[in-house]
Amino acid sequence: MGFWQIFSDLSWAVSVLMAVWMIYDTWRVQQEYDESFLMSSREGAEELTAKETDK
Amino acid sequence: MSAQVIEAPKQHISLKKVLSPIHIWGLGVGIVLVGEYMGWNFSVAKGGALGSLIACWVIGLLYTCVAMIDSEVTSTVAAAGGQYTQAKHIIGPLMAFNVALYLVLAYTMLEAADATVFGDLLQEVAGNFGVANLDPRPFAFLCIMFLAWLNYRGVFVTLTFNFVITAFAFVAIILVFFGVAPWSPGVVLHHADLIHGLPYGWIGIIAAFQFGMWYYLGIEGTCQAAEECRSAARSIPLGTMSGMITLVIAASLTWYICSGLLPWEYLGQATTPLYDAARVTNSTWMQVVMFVATVFSNLASANGCINDASRAWFSLSRDRYMPPVFGAVHPRYRTPYRSVLFLIPIAVSIAFTNLLDQIITFSILSGLLGYTFMSINMMRFRRLWPLGSIHRGYIHPFHPLPAVMLFLLCTTVYFATYLGYGSQLLAIMAFFIIASLWFSLHRYKFVKRGDQFTMPWPRPKGY
Repeated sequence: MGFWQIFSDLSWAVSVLMAVWMIYDTWRVQQEYDESFLMSSREGAEELTAKETDK
Repeated sequence: MSAQVIEAPKQHISLKKVLSPIHIWGLGVGIVLVGEYMGWNFSVAKGGALGSLIACWVIGLLYTCVAMIDSEVTSTVAAAGGQYTQAKHIIGPLMAFNVALYLVLAYTMLEAADATVFGDLLQEVAGNFGVANLDPRPFAFLCIMFLAWLNYRGVFVTLTFNFVITAFAFVAIILVFFGVAPWSPGVVLHHADLIHGLPYGWIGIIAAFQFGMWYYLGIEGTCQAAEECRSAARSIPLGTMSGMITLVIAASLTWYICSGLLPWEYLGQATTPLYDAARVTNSTWMQVVMFVATVFSNLASANGCINDASRAWFSLSRDRYMPPVFGAVHPRYRTPYRSVLFLIPIAVSIAFTNLLDQIITFSILSGLLGYTFMSINMMRFRRLWPLGSIHRGYIHPFHPLPAVMLFLLCTTVYFATYLGYGSQLLAIMAFFIIASLWFSLHRYKFVKRGDQFTMPWPRPKGY
């Protein structure tokens, strides 16, 4: 198996890993936070306080 | 699994305000600069080398109007969504819906085109090493996934990365410009031998306008980041106008280098004109710099497009023009993470169709519709809220000249597009008419009309 074939296979694998990580993180956030909080962004709203941000 | 749900019903979460003018410059120029590395040269096939130069400067005028108008309105309406939010406040919901669709489609298609080209470039490199017919799709997929992952994890790192690779791609053009010794005509550059007037006359120049848009397409994307700037009133005008100046310089230098090294018949159909120009010089360092810069410009464009498309989709959803589930903000990274995630399969599926020319044409037309709206929007903005009635971070000069000029130039580019891509123009018009009907008859009932106007402005003049 040559370099380019390994590079090609590695590209598929890394891409799928990143997709899985993002889907897992989305699921984890949904479990940990209230939906109304996640969707509470408002146009022109002030910054969230440091306490909530760091959670 | 039992998970503790953190409730914070009275608190708001928002996108992170961390961006400065250099990020805005990196975002705007990053989306566009790929057009200097490929795409602009199709205007040479339509109007010859001189026709392409005229298109470069006339379309430069169009985009200067776009940048000036955008800077004024966005320094006042500082919210994600850019032109969508402007349309919502100044014209109305149907226009806003259409503008957001232009934005999402233009950026997602451009992102797919960038990823396709990224895959094709690596395929070509593999071919040079003796590996024929390597599948480019895994590289295109990796390009989209890596950049989406970056966008998911935070806007600061994403746009800092964009700034660095965009700056490299811009400096590379300047390095090659000095490398071809412009002070000694006839030694490396042969403009006198290679430029032969206008091969198709004045109609060729008009036809070249459509591809002349490649020199600047996407600079208006800077205002999508308005809600994430530390000071939108300062960062957006500064980043956008300096970005526009950068692009005019880069476009003129690109034309000068390529038209002095490559015959117009070849230049008009080349895939990577700047890299090909570097190859003609037989200079190894110039070839390496141009190849790396071509790859970087591709990545920067795709990265900026993911950023902008996700902000436009996020804003639409936040206002319930689309399902509100995509209006969520990540509690840790403070990004519109669901919008970033949602647009990935769309971009990947478009990239895998490999219909590059159709994708690009659709992207240009979506952008053009957006610019036409901006001229109307500006006239109405100044009429409803005259100077002095609200605070503006930037006031563009000579109003209404830029708005009128923008409208006339857009009309000319529609005609140019009709000459070469009439059926696509009609198809995209039909698509937006159907989408508008769907919005008016079905989706508008879900929109929270009372929450639409969020700016602390006085009642508009005449109301």
